[in-house]
Amino acid sequence: MRKRKSRRKTGCPRPTAAPEGNWLTRAPTLKRKAILLAKIQDEAGHGLYLYSAAETLGVSRNQMVADLLNGKAKYSSIFNYPATTWADIGAIGWLVDGAAIMNQIPLCRCSYGPYSRAMIRICKEESFHQRQGFDILVTLCNGTDEQKAMAQDALNRWWWPSLMMFGPGDKDSKHSAQSMAWKIKRFSNDELRQKFIDVTVPQAEFLGLKVPDDDLEFDESTGHYRHGEIDWQEFVDVLAGNGPCNRQRMAKRRKAHDDGAWVREAARAYAEKHAAKDAA
Amino acid sequence: MSEKEWPLYEVFIRSKSGLSHRHAGSIHAADDQMALDAARDTYTRRSEGVSIWVVKSSQIVASDPAETAAFFEPAEDKIYRHPTFYDMPDGVENL
Repeated sequence: MRKRKSRRKTGCPRPTAAPEGNWLTRAPTLKRKAILLAKIQDEAGHGLYLYSAAETLGVSRNQMVADLLNGKAKYSSIFNYPATTWADIGAIGWLVDGAAIMNQIPLCRCSYGPYSRAMIRICKEESFHQRQGFDILVTLCNGTDEQKAMAQDALNRWWWPSLMMFGPGDKDSKHSAQSMAWKIKRFSNDELRQKFIDVTVPQAEFLGLKVPDDDLEFDESTGHYRHGEIDWQEFVDVLAGNGPCNRQRMAKRRKAHDDGAWVREAARAYAEKHAAKDAA
Repeated sequence: MSEKEWPLYEVFIRSKSGLSHRHAGSIHAADDQMALDAARDTYTRRSEGVSIWVVKSSQIVASDPAETAAFFEPAEDKIYRHPTFYDMPDGVENL
């Protein structure tokens, strides 16, 4: 196991704030703040759509929430990286939501109805997320040298984790064959990753930013970009709970759940009281 | 996790006047009013609706997917219910 880095070094927020949520109160303008709030509300909605879809398979919502809080259920590895500057909010929207869209568009046509219907709603909304991220970076890249450097730094940190979001290479993917057989997954991890790189590199060029991959090269014969080796050990470490912010992320999640206990309790008591009144 | 789960509600949304309500998804809520508020926040953030129905999932009576063939069988052999069943003589119009 890797030695745990100090919070100062990893840039992880205190456990009282989720990585992205930290920037709500630090957004540069009221407009940016309102937009980020709307995005986060969408993301909460996406969680609800997917939990509803999963419930149709016969697992209770409480069970799934419990699995998340006790570490049994996995969540996307990308959520374990810190958002250390405002430019990260741009990079997250552009790259992380961009990678999510690439993954999710084919899922809209997957074989399981509840999942496919949830994905259709999600994809409609993700497009706003990606554009708001790119819009933040366009503004920074047209700004001062410091602002542009901030955008470049965000791209440097988010590029590789975003590529990892597509999952392990095809020959190492444990679940792909089953998902393909069930027609849940329609394209392989490597195919989707390649597609993402092909559409994203020109966008980086538009911003005047350099993708942090010295081996990145356009292959005229295939019409695709060739990219450098992905550090899969980092992916494995993050999944195993040893990413830069795993512990903070989980601590924050548990705290939010515990802090909300009295609200859930009060809502239930209110509902029971009124149900009793109506019956009387 | 010994908390009792909030009931599940199915959400139906009328996208605009004149259209019928369509199933949009489901949400958990402690009571009816919370179900309406949560359905609004979850399913109509971009003005997707002008009216919402929520109904406890436990109150819905559904046909059994395993019995589909037998359940709908009475309609199978009544092709005379369709206008295309009837051959109209040549020369007859507006029928």
